[in-house]
Amino acid sequence: MKKSILMFAATILSISAMAQSDKYVKAMEANLAKFDTVKTTAGYIELSNAFQRIGDAEKTQWLPYYYAALSLSTIGWTDNGVDKDANAAKIKALCAKAEAINDNAEICAVSYMASTQQMLVDPQTRWSTYGTEANAAMQKGLQLDPNNPRLHYLQASGVYNTPEQFGGGKDKAKPMLEKTLELLKAEQVKPLYPHWGKEQVEAMLATYK
Amino acid sequence: MKVLYSLFVLLMIVGVADAQSKISGNIKDKKGKPVPSASITLKDTYDGATSDSSGNFSFTSTEKGTFVLVTTAVGYKPGEQSIQLSGTTDIKLNIILKEEVSELKAVVITAGSFEAGDKKRVTVLNSIDVATTAGADADVTAALKTLPGAQQVGESEGLFVRGGTASETKTFIDGTLVNNFFYSSVPGIAQRGRFSPFLFKGTVFSTGGYSALYGQALSSALILESIDLPEQSSSDFGISVLSLNAGHQHLAKNKKSSWGISYSYANLWLAFKAIKQRQDYSKIPEYHEGDANFRIKTSETGIIKYYGYFSSNRLGIRTASIDSAGFKDAFDIRNFNMYHNLSYRENLGNGWKLNTGISYSNNKDHITGGMLDMQNKEAVIPELQYKNFQLESPGNYFNGKLVIDKRIVGLSVLRFGGEYNYSNEKSYFTLPNGQKFSSSIIEHLKSAFAETDIYITNDLAAKFGGRLENSSLLNKTNIAPRISLAYKTGKHSQASVAYGIFYQNPEKRYLPTPYALTFSKATHYIVQYQKVTGKTTFRVEVFYKKYNDLIKTNQINPNQQVAINNKGYGDAKGIELFWRDKKSIKNVDYWISYSYLDTKRDYTNFPYAIQPNFAAKHTASLVAKKFVMKWKTGFNMSYTYASGRPYYHIAYDGSNYKFTDRGKTMDYHNVSFSLNYLPNLMKKDSKVFTVLVLSVNNIFGINQIYGYNYSYDGVRKMPVLPPSKTFVFIGAFISLGIDRTEDAINNNL
Repeated sequence: MKKSILMFAATILSISAMAQSDKYVKAMEANLAKFDTVKTTAGYIELSNAFQRIGDAEKTQWLPYYYAALSLSTIGWTDNGVDKDANAAKIKALCAKAEAINDNAEICAVSYMASTQQMLVDPQTRWSTYGTEANAAMQKGLQLDPNNPRLHYLQASGVYNTPEQFGGGKDKAKPMLEKTLELLKAEQVKPLYPHWGKEQVEAMLATYK
Repeated sequence: MKVLYSLFVLLMIVGVADAQSKISGNIKDKKGKPVPSASITLKDTYDGATSDSSGNFSFTSTEKGTFVLVTTAVGYKPGEQSIQLSGTTDIKLNIILKEEVSELKAVVITAGSFEAGDKKRVTVLNSIDVATTAGADADVTAALKTLPGAQQVGESEGLFVRGGTASETKTFIDGTLVNNFFYSSVPGIAQRGRFSPFLFKGTVFSTGGYSALYGQALSSALILESIDLPEQSSSDFGISVLSLNAGHQHLAKNKKSSWGISYSYANLWLAFKAIKQRQDYSKIPEYHEGDANFRIKTSETGIIKYYGYFSSNRLGIRTASIDSAGFKDAFDIRNFNMYHNLSYRENLGNGWKLNTGISYSNNKDHITGGMLDMQNKEAVIPELQYKNFQLESPGNYFNGKLVIDKRIVGLSVLRFGGEYNYSNEKSYFTLPNGQKFSSSIIEHLKSAFAETDIYITNDLAAKFGGRLENSSLLNKTNIAPRISLAYKTGKHSQASVAYGIFYQNPEKRYLPTPYALTFSKATHYIVQYQKVTGKTTFRVEVFYKKYNDLIKTNQINPNQQVAINNKGYGDAKGIELFWRDKKSIKNVDYWISYSYLDTKRDYTNFPYAIQPNFAAKHTASLVAKKFVMKWKTGFNMSYTYASGRPYYHIAYDGSNYKFTDRGKTMDYHNVSFSLNYLPNLMKKDSKVFTVLVLSVNNIFGINQIYGYNYSYDGVRKMPVLPPSKTFVFIGAFISLGIDRTEDAINNNL
């Protein structure tokens, strides 16, 4: 009987622990699913806030903050009406929170995008500040994970969008995109972990045909 | 056991299903405006929502107990409140958020000033803009003349702002006054500024109503801020039809300090060989120049900067004399100038900031004026004796300034400090008969100032300031109040007003004098509206400026006037428009300026108040730039227009000054073009960065007349024309170093 009481106590404990992590996974999955359906700026802000709430409650998970930052960086690309500096400030603050928990290459990719979005507001005058900042994020990311597909994708798309005269061009980008695709295919997809990039790379590679 | 477990799970599910509270509400700011995209969080849970465009939100929670509800939104202070969740009752909340006064959102006081630099806001012109403005030839003030407020005066240097003379504009580098900002004057030929635009990271061109930190300028302040540490070590060389130069900048490995030196030699022989000049040069202009700098970061926020410059130059011109047929006027000038500027700034912590600097300059002009016969032999004509002279004028200048900032609350700042300007100018004048005159003017000007920036809200800011000045030369003291207000009218737009009194000493050229004088005074009233979005700037400004106590003079000879009293006066009013657009036409950046100026003044030997010869009623500029990536070439053009300016001859009839002749010049038009080719731009692994420049001033050779010169008796007049109709400049500038543009653009497009 004594044994069974202990068992019972242990079961209760493990159930509540499981319930806890189950709640986290469920919430994350629910919000991640929204990434595919959200289309508007307001929608992305809502999504970002939802991830941030999870991050604030969990305190030891970096992924919620990462996705909170990633949803805002989406706005930075799609909405030209948004204040890029204010948006980037929010992204960087979220990246800093994620980094404090787990410093990794995925976060570098997001802060690279934030700095790049700020630079693009006025490249001629801003490249020396935000361009350097973006470059530093890229270098740091590649040091932490030389084969991170997201970083490779961002590098390749940079070259893809740079005119040939400036050392870029589609031809130069092609092998980089192909390598990125290989990295993406080889990537071991862990649940909840970022694995985006494949669609984008395939869409870009399709333009060569 | 199994039953127990099932029961437990069942209980839990039932519990969940039962205890759900709905929390909804509305978020507004203090003015009752809805706050969209605010995040509402039940602290330490996943539950929460984001407000919609009308500030409404709603969510459900299964939690029970007392929780803290946190509301956050960009630009607002976070709100917290405690709520009780019972699991049955719905909660309705009306949340009011307080605005956070932040630098990013707050209104900026801009009345009267154009700010240019790398700072995020109100960027109008940066150093690249200056270098690529056609017709400006990388001269800071020439580029500023394409902005509203400044006149297109081509016969002499300086910025003539809103009906003011060039001497009413003062230039400051890192806070301290710069004496001799331009090369020494040559009759009829406007001189350039001495300093390269690339020395500066920030420029504020204030056309009126500026801060109490600056004084001794009736019309305008040009405030330049030098760059901090360079981004990398580099060496550069330049060769052009005018000059050769070489320089090196070294950045220490730890990026905490840097030093640099450069030297340049300019000789206009080749250029004048190719392009016929109106003047006959007895001495082709020749310049030796060098500069040196060091910059040391003393802490995260502190930096010491030194910049030193020297220049030695000479030129001589001969022009057909208007005073006497068959003779020439000769003018020869040798100039030596050196300038040192040392500045230090640091955040002292606790909201205290220190900005201090000293500068010293030494300037020596040696001028020989004379009359020559057709064989270029010196000639003395009795009644024109004054035209043969030697003038030596050494000047020593010392300036010191200390500004302390204290942040009071939010963005509000109290700023105060003092300034000391010392000048000692001597002149030794020798006539052909050996007669010598000498004079010495020494001035100690001491000033104290205080101002405060008060942010009442994010949308409303005020600046109150005052300046106290004491001049030892005049033995007088003045107090000048300055006030400006700015109100944000929309997300990108704001309106500002400014008022201020400005004092200035009499110009040294009218001194010494036996008469007691006082400061000249100007009162500014400015109303401005501006709208700045990411890629467009629109600005309109209306101003009224009242002049009192301007200097009246007696004319001793056509070369010299002496101050007699402060009975002069005048006013200026006008409206100015500015529009810059980087987005409407693809890859084209253009701006348009227009100024309307209505001004009259009675000063120097004017018989009564008239429109002075340096003021045109209408001035307009169109500047356009296009960079064609494919050709790695930038094409720049500018068109400037000014309506005709008055000209006149004033003579003394024994009792009064009178106009003996008056007229108006024809309108001024100028179209200039330049292109810059960057062959190594973004080339991978290139260590050489080259810029080739071709520029053509007045490309269509349009006739331009700046004004008229009269003979000493006022009988004959001669137009004042540019030194050449068209001017062509070709040059190559090479920089050895790491060209970071490639990384930046490759990685970021």
